[in-house]
Order: sequence, then C-alpha cells, then structure tokens
Amino acid sequence: MNRTDNLIGSLRFQWTGEEHSLSFLVKDIMEVNGFHCDGEGCAEEQEEEPTALRLPRSKTETSCSIIATPGADSAAAGGSALREQRVSKSTPAMLRLDSLKKNRPPFPWFGMDIGGTLVKLVYFEPKDITAEEEQEEVDSLKSIRRFLTSHTAYGKTGIRDVHLELSDLTLWGRKGNLHFIRFPTHELPAFLQMGRDKHFSSLHTTLCATGGGAFKYEDGFRTMANLQLLKLDELECLIKGVLYIDSVVSSGPPECYYFEHPTDPERCEQKAYNLENPYPLLLVNIGSGVSILAVYSKDSYKRVTGTSLGGGTFLGLCCLLTGCSTFEEALAMATEGESTRVDKLVKDIYGGDYERFGLPGWAVASSFGSMMCKEKRDSVSKEDLARATLVTITNNIGSITRMCALNENIERVVFVGNFLRVNTLSMKLLAYALDYWSKGQLKALFLRHEGYFGAVGALLELPNPS
Amino acid sequence: KEDRTGRCMDKSITLPPDEIFRNLENAKMFAIDIGGSLTKLAYYSTVQHKVAKVRSFDHSAKVNGDLLYEISVQEEITARLHFIKFENAYIETCLDFIKDHLVNTETKVIKATGGGAYKFKDLVEKKLKLKVDKEDEMTCLIKGCNFVLKNIPHEAFVYAKHADSEFRFQNTHPDIFPYLLINIGSGVSIVKVEAEDKFERIGGSSIGGGTFWGLGALLTKTKRFDELLQLASKGQHTNVDMLVKDIYGGAYGSLGLTGNLIASSFGKSATTDKEFSKEDMAKSLLHMISNDIGQLACLYAKLHNLTRVYFGGFFIRGHPVTMHTITYSINFFTKGEVQALFLRHEGYLGAIGAFLKGAEEDNPNQYSWEENYAGSSGLMSASPELNPVQRARSGTFDMLEMDRLDRQLVNLPLLQDPTSYIPDTVDLTEDALAREYWLYCFEEALDGVVKRAIASQKDQPEAVERAEKFRQKYRHKVQTLRHQPFAYGSLTVRSLLDTREHCLNEFNFPDPYSKIKQKENDMALKYYLKVVKSVEELSWEQRQFTLVKGLLAGNVFDWGAKAVSDVLESDPDFGFEQAKQQLQERPWLVDAYNQWIERLKGPPHKCALFFVDNSGIDIILGVFPFIRELLVRGTEVVLASNSGPALNDVTNSELQILTERIAAMDPVIHAALKEDRLALVQNGSSSPCLDLSRLDKVLATAVRERGTDLVIIEGMGRAIHTNYYAMLSCESLKLAVIKNSWLAERLGGKIFSVVFKYEVPSKA
Repeated sequence: MNRTDNLIGSLRFQWTGEEHSLSFLVKDIMEVNGFHCDGEGCAEEQEEEPTALRLPRSKTETSCSIIATPGADSAAAGGSALREQRVSKSTPAMLRLDSLKKNRPPFPWFGMDIGGTLVKLVYFEPKDITAEEEQEEVDSLKSIRRFLTSHTAYGKTGIRDVHLELSDLTLWGRKGNLHFIRFPTHELPAFLQMGRDKHFSSLHTTLCATGGGAFKYEDGFRTMANLQLLKLDELECLIKGVLYIDSVVSSGPPECYYFEHPTDPERCEQKAYNLENPYPLLLVNIGSGVSILAVYSKDSYKRVTGTSLGGGTFLGLCCLLTGCSTFEEALAMATEGESTRVDKLVKDIYGGDYERFGLPGWAVASSFGSMMCKEKRDSVSKEDLARATLVTITNNIGSITRMCALNENIERVVFVGNFLRVNTLSMKLLAYALDYWSKGQLKALFLRHEGYFGAVGALLELPNPS
Repeated sequence: KEDRTGRCMDKSITLPPDEIFRNLENAKMFAIDIGGSLTKLAYYSTVQHKVAKVRSFDHSAKVNGDLLYEISVQEEITARLHFIKFENAYIETCLDFIKDHLVNTETKVIKATGGGAYKFKDLVEKKLKLKVDKEDEMTCLIKGCNFVLKNIPHEAFVYAKHADSEFRFQNTHPDIFPYLLINIGSGVSIVKVEAEDKFERIGGSSIGGGTFWGLGALLTKTKRFDELLQLASKGQHTNVDMLVKDIYGGAYGSLGLTGNLIASSFGKSATTDKEFSKEDMAKSLLHMISNDIGQLACLYAKLHNLTRVYFGGFFIRGHPVTMHTITYSINFFTKGEVQALFLRHEGYLGAIGAFLKGAEEDNPNQYSWEENYAGSSGLMSASPELNPVQRARSGTFDMLEMDRLDRQLVNLPLLQDPTSYIPDTVDLTEDALAREYWLYCFEEALDGVVKRAIASQKDQPEAVERAEKFRQKYRHKVQTLRHQPFAYGSLTVRSLLDTREHCLNEFNFPDPYSKIKQKENDMALKYYLKVVKSVEELSWEQRQFTLVKGLLAGNVFDWGAKAVSDVLESDPDFGFEQAKQQLQERPWLVDAYNQWIERLKGPPHKCALFFVDNSGIDIILGVFPFIRELLVRGTEVVLASNSGPALNDVTNSELQILTERIAAMDPVIHAALKEDRLALVQNGSSSPCLDLSRLDKVLATAVRERGTDLVIIEGMGRAIHTNYYAMLSCESLKLAVIKNSWLAERLGGKIFSVVFKYEVPSKA
C-alpha cells in the first residue's frame, strides 16, 4: 500500500476539519488509523480496503458491497426468529405500540437523503435502553443497531463519519447517539438487498427519505426490500436539518464556523460562529449540483436558483481529465496542483492589474484559458488540472452566490453539502471570494455536518407519518 | 525571412484591391483591432460622388425658353467609414497593401485595440510607419456598440433556431441606454452602459470562451474553436450530464420539475468505467458554459434592473450553436422576461470604437450615419446546413461601410410609440411568399433600371460599362438576399429599394430620372392654373372630392411601379385625365373618405405635414391644389420631400424651384410662402420609402414648433410598403394607388385600387 493509497484511504474515515496542512493530514491519518483499528471490523476492513483502491469498481459480484457482511447469515436467521416471536409472544409488538402511545415512533430511527451521487443516512442509536427493552428488542433491530454502531466502514464504499457523531442527544424523550453514514448512490441496490436480507421490513418502521432518489428508488424500496418510503421535500428537510443540528450541538467543536481574515493566508483561521439568530440566511447546498435557498424564518424559505456546476461537475471533469475515480483522489490531486498553469489570469493578459476596472492581476480572467494553447496543454500535470477544476467550480459557486445574496439582500451565507467535505481548499476559496468581491459585506459560514442536513431533516419527520 | 515561411506563403495571396480596401487613396485616421484570430481594420475616407444638382435658370435672361431649371452633374465629397475584417494570417499582406496604396496622409498614429494589438505592434509600426496608440479594449467595445445601435436600425436581433427566420431583428429603441453588454471572450465581462461615456464593468466570470476552448481541447483533443463547436452541435449532452430525471427517476413530473434539466454538468462522467464521445463532451461543455453565463447575465440584469442585454465576443460571433444555447439559457433563467440580443456587426465593435477614439476631435457622434448596402458584406449565413468551408471562404474578407449623412436624423415627434414603431409593413425575412415575389420583381425590373441609367448619361460612353457593373452588383445582392434574407437586417421592400439606390450611387448614377423629372415638372406646371381654376368652380363637396381624386390620380405617375413605367414608356401622352379614369371607383379598397369629409366640415387643422412622393403631375397637379385648399382653410402646411434623389420622387431642391414657380403664378401659394404658412423641409432621406424614426432633425423641430396636428403620407413606398400600420399621435391620412397587381391582390383588390386611410388616434 503506497502513501497515496494510505492518504486517500484514511481521508474517507475521518477528518477533523481543524487543521489543513498536508503534514498534519498525514499525522491525522495515523490517529485515524489508530482509532479505526479499535473497531471490530478492523481486520476485515484492512484487508478489503486496499483491494478496493487498486481495483476501483472492477467487480460486480458484490451482492452486498456497501455493508460489510459479518453476521449477514445470523441476521437472516434473526429475521425468521422475529416472525416466530411476534406470532408467539407479541411482546415486541406491544412495546412498539407503547412507543407509539407516547407519540414516539418505533425504533429504528433513520433519516435518509438519496442524492445524485451519495446516499446520506443518519441513525439514532438509543443509549438509554433498559434491560427489559434490551431483552424485548427484536433480533433484527438489535442486529442493525450493533452492525451500524460497531463499524466505521461498510464494505468498500460505505463510511460512518465517526467524527461527526453526536452523543448524548435527546430525541423524542430518548437519549442516544446520532450516527452519520454515507455511501454512493450507485450502491443503493446493494443496500436494498441488505435491507431484505436483514428483514428490515418486518420492523414495520417508516423510512423517511428525501432527495431525488427517494422518488427514483421508491419502487425499488418496495419491491426489493418491502419497505414503504415516506418521501419528503428536499429543501424543507435541508433547512430543518440545519436548524436542528445547530440547536443541539452545544459542546465539542462548534457546528457553525467561518474563516477570519479570509483574504490573508497568514492570518486566516477558523472561528466559531453563533447561528442563534440566523435569519435571513442564504443556504447554499453543494451536492452534485447546487441549490441556493433564501431562508427567512423557520418555515419561510424560497429556492432562489441553482447551478449544474457543482460537486458532480468537479468530480466528473476530474475523472475525464486525470483518470481518477473518487472524490478523495480528485481532491488529493487538487491539493498538489497549481491552477495558475491552467487558467489565464488578468496579469497574463494585461501584464498586471486591469486598473480601468479594478481587476487585480491575480484574478482569473479565463478558467482553463491557457489550455487554448497546445504547448501549455502539453506541460500541465494532472494535479494542475484537478486544482483548476476545483478552483473554477468553487469560484463560480461563489460568484453566483454573491449575486444571489445581493439580489436577495442577504448578508449571511451558509454553505453546506458534501462537496465541502474534507475540502478546506474550497471553503477557504469561498470565504475569500465572498469577502473580497463584496468588500467584506458578505460572510461565508460553514457547518461541520455539511452533507447530512437533508438526512437529519428527514429523520425529524419520523413522528409525522402523513 | 525563412523563419516566417507561413507568412510568406500568405503573401502570395493576391488581394482584389477594388473589392476590399476601397477608397484607400483618401484614407486617413486608421484604427485596428487585432483579436485572437481576426483582424479588423478601420479607416475614414472621402468618396467622390457624382450628384445631380438642379438650379433655377435666371428667368430674366429668358435664354432657355421652356425649361424650368437646369440639371448639372457635380462632384460631391462625402465621408465614409470603412471596416474590413480578415483573418490574422493576412495581416502582413494587408499592411503591405495599405502601405503601397496610401497616397498621402497626414496621419501619424494608428489606434489599436484587442488582445493582439501588443503582439503585432512592431509589425504594424514597421509596415505602416504609423505609431501604434493602444486604446482600452472595453472602452472601444462600448463606443462601437453605441455607434452601431444608434446608426444601424436593424442592428440587434434575437436568435430563434427553429423559427422560419432564425434572425428576428429588433427595432432600435430611440434611447439606446441603458443596456447590458455581455462580452464573452476568453473570459466574460459584464458591462452596464448608461450613456455615451458612462459605463461600468459591473462583473464578469472566468468561465467563458477560453474555458470552452481550453477545456474542450483537453477533453476532445480537438484544437480549433470552430471544430469544437462543430463537435458540440453533433453531441448528446444527456450522456454526460446528470439530469433531474436521472436523480428523480420518472417522478419529476408530479413534482413540477422538468426532467430534462441538468442537475449536474458532467455528473455522469464521474466514472472510469465508461468512454464518452468527443461530441457528447463538447456538447455538455457548451451547455455548461452557456448556461452559466446566461445565469450570471440574468443575475446582473436583475440586480441592475436592466432588460436590454446584448451578447458579443468571439464565443458568440455569429455562431448559431452558441447563440442558441445562450438564448435558451437567458430564456430559462428569466422565464422569458429578458431576451438575449445579438448584434449584426458585433465583430466590428472594437475597431469602430478604436476609430471613434481616434476621431474624437471630429466628433463623429454629432452626425448620423447609414450603412452602405452596396459596400457592406452583410451578415453571413450561419445555418448549419451551409458547409463550414464555404462559410469560412466567403467570410475571409468581410466589409462594413458607413456613410456619413449631412443631417442628423431623429424620430418624428408625432409617433404614438417610438419604441414599437416599425416602418415596414411586411417583413420579407419572415414572409417567404412575399419575399419570393419581391426578389423576383426586383430582378425582373433590373433591365429597365439599367436602361434608364444608361439613358440618363447618354453623353458618357462609359456609362454602359458602369451600368453593367451596377447590374452585376445588384443582381448579386438580390441573389445573396434570396439565400440570406437577414444579411442586412430584416429584408423589406424598402431595403431592396434602398440597396438599389446605394448600388446606383456606387456606380455614379446619382439620379437616373433627373431628366424625366425635369420634363414632367415642366409639363405639369403648364396645367397648374387650369387645374386650380377648374377646381375652384366646383361646390365645396365636389371640390373636396376632386382634390382627393387629383391627389390619387397624380400618384399614378410613378416610375418606380413597373405597370406604370411600362405605360409611360409606350404612351408619352398618358395624362392626368387618363390617370383619373384608371382609378378605382368608390368605395375604394380602403375608404375613409366620408370620415375625412366630415372632419373637413369641422375646424381647420393647425398644421399639416405632407410627405410628398413623385415629381411632375403628382406634386404639381395633385399635391399643390390639395394643399392650396388646406392653406385657404387656414391650415399651415409643411411639405417634406427627399433630401436626395430616389426614382422619380421629387427632391427638396427640385421642390424649392417648383414652389417658386407656382408661387409666381398663384397668389395663394405666394402669400403662404411669404407668410411662412407654407414651408418646405427635407426629410433627410434618399429613399422611395419612409422611416419615420430617421428624419431630419430640422423637420422634427418644425413639426413641433408649428403644432402639427395632421400628417399626410402619400404613395405606395411611403404609405403602403412602409407606415401602413404606423400609429401617430395626431390625425393622419395615408393614401396611395396600388400600382402592383400582386400587392393589390394580396390586399384584396385589383391594380389601381385606392387606399384612403384616415385615422384619428383614440383618446386614451
């Protein structure tokens, strides 16, 4: 396993988001690896992971490639056991009924956001289970709980973002931990397969889901896993999720932060931001594509616009330009590259600043503009191309966001979405761009649980099964 | 020299000098705009024209017995701006050519702009021995844009790929400001223009033409911009882009989403498993960039509350593919509230602006200018079915010529809504049937025009040769227009007529009808008193009808109408009375005569503005008796006639002489002239038609000062081909005799049908 593999491999497990130098990254990796190896599925993980990296998506035999399969058989067995139990004792059913009476949805508590690229899953793990409950808990439920909470990675592509886990959370009167899990949308069939294998449907739970995939895969959930989805509006979930997470995070790293002195690389640092009174707020969700929402109050918002130049574009173009295949690879390359070899800057055209219009020489005049020239095309590296792609997409989002902020007369901008995951480069660029071009008027805010708000919002709809 | 073999080869290309660098001998004030692939050269020159002048004989001398006035052909010098666009490969050849042909010029400096101005500075300085003076690109662009918007009526168009005519030309708004110019070069600049010298770059984007080209070259290994566009036009972006329906499956419809919207550009290419075709990637890239630019443009337009948004730059430059995607994007993001506008002369803006910068002391903006159809290439067809090689070849040297007009042109103050005024009744760009007919018609009439031109210069043997050249030029124009009706803006009967006038002028046939006009004026004058007297004897009601009928009968005498010119050629004795008999009996095709009479029973109008038509019987026996009655009623009259010759239309200078002579015979006219109740003004045009948005400023002032409350427009060219639907803020009378059976049929009548349209604006 070479160093890059190591780097990429570990990047997908954890990122503290507090330090950004490469040297620290490597150090961080060690810690992560150390932490990661405490887990139960560690041995298997370590065997599988490098394979996956060397042969990206080369096989299709993965009946269950997202979720690591320890206990798959037992789960199946448990499922059949459950049916028997229900028939014979009906205790769990009573328990579930009890739960409902308290106006509380039955376990398990999931929220799902099925995007164009990634599926985001949040899972509430109750920690206040009484001995009686423990005893009565149906096997399939137990197996799900154990399985999800004892692993940090599931198969080759499923990840639990351990650093985002929220512990000691009280939700609907229960105390527990909120887990954040993601896997690629193209693995959803495997996920459904697992749902079937684990007899998820026997729990008669509602699965709250949002994102386009909630619609696209609704039939799949029903036919493959015998699960009924509660489909929820993407934007509403997103906003609910943001507000909820921000309100419940009280200790640990702050949920909302910004970069102080974004235009000065020497002094630029991450600072906590109090989002207590957030309105009006421009919420920019950067997933595969980008949605921009203006939020005026808890339940008043509108979609301002969106752009198709988003995370999917970054990854798609990087794959075509560099032959990479994952977001992490693309980001790692971008970190190493130099976009100024690819782009045409104002100074490349005017020899310096374009004073007539107050354009600084370092500003990009034409993204990929230098690539019009063959010699320059031949001299750039893949890393340069990846960096230029990242900068192009990011700056464009910044630019559209700034215009929307001006048009909507909103000064606070919160960026969320998985494009920003482990992507300090883009966050700093956005912070810089917003500050510079607005002459300090606009503030770019970021949230630690960047990509999971839709899923959280979906979870919060669980008690409203309409 | 060896290291420049490429350029040396280009030197072997011989330029057809007459065709390209015209009037170079007198050229002064140069400007050059060197872009990434095209060079645009601008110069100012003077053109020596032959013009027909009329001069009243000294009647006290009594030498010339019969003749009313003398006609002399004089040389007149007019100013013309030349713009030539060619590929950068020709730059050295062109500079050499200019050097060799530049006779004497005091010019020391050449204004330069564009990205290549720096690169070619030394070459230009060495070859032309002129000092290169660099001008800011954006400033030039804006100056050029203002200039074309102000001076070329059909400069801007919207692009509609699937419509019958791809190009929909826009009426120039009387006030061109404020507007947004989105210049898509390698990057994008968004400029807000508020006044001639007030503009601001309010934003921009780095995702522009350079991104399409650079990224496109990386993705497809295709080097040339045009080839990339070709690829894109053949691709399917849905193979590369992630669409809403890819994310939502089939359910998007019920959610009010449009499934075909792109959710994530290149979203499907995030895989190493699949190969993507060059075409598909190029298409996806094109969409990505066009949509992004469109979106930003809309955001800026919204923020600054602007609705006129022009697009330019090499990314656009006549490419149907990019014009279409940008149009689509703007339409999408503004929900149709803003239209993407493009410019016919977009490629020249920088050169025009640079030139204007250099000519600031002459203040070219104080004049009005007019596109010379004879010397301008027109908009090239960009239709994909035309093969690109052909297009490139014909586009190698593209020209634009602008003639300086003696007079400043403005709107008629009486237009009800100057912003929506469209002079032309039928847009032949859109009406294919009418287009076919008129193009055929003009081609058919060409022999006659050539014959007439030769006849007008019998004393000059080389006139035959010139007339032949005229024939070729005009025939070529007509043929071009058959394939590219949008070449000079909307194709109209007016533009066909004007093009013919321009071509005649080009070959020094300034006024082929001068002698005919002279003869007819002379003849008609002899009958003037008789006609006036016979009218005076009638009762009021009879008199009014006879006057109107006279006006209409006079209008039959139109050499521009083939049906009439055939009669006039074969029967020189065809006269006023015969013409009256040809007229349709009432009820006329359009007949508002009763309303008009009712109106005349009321109080007199304050002032009538009369746009006159033909010489001879028309003006003398038709118009004068009619306005004489108006004058007697107490209405002031302003007679507006052409500034320059067109067919047998009476020109202002001819009308001056005629009026003098009539005044000498008729005390009513004499008194009116003396008391300034009758005024003669020129309309600022040399067209058989009439554009009420481009009239002599003096006329506009007179109209305003005299409180004009009646406008009379006479003749097919002015009241049917143009202005038939023009809405005025005062009463108006539009009258004509339809002297073309096709047109008459189209309007539901027969040849010599009468249109008598009297309109009173609704009091809203």
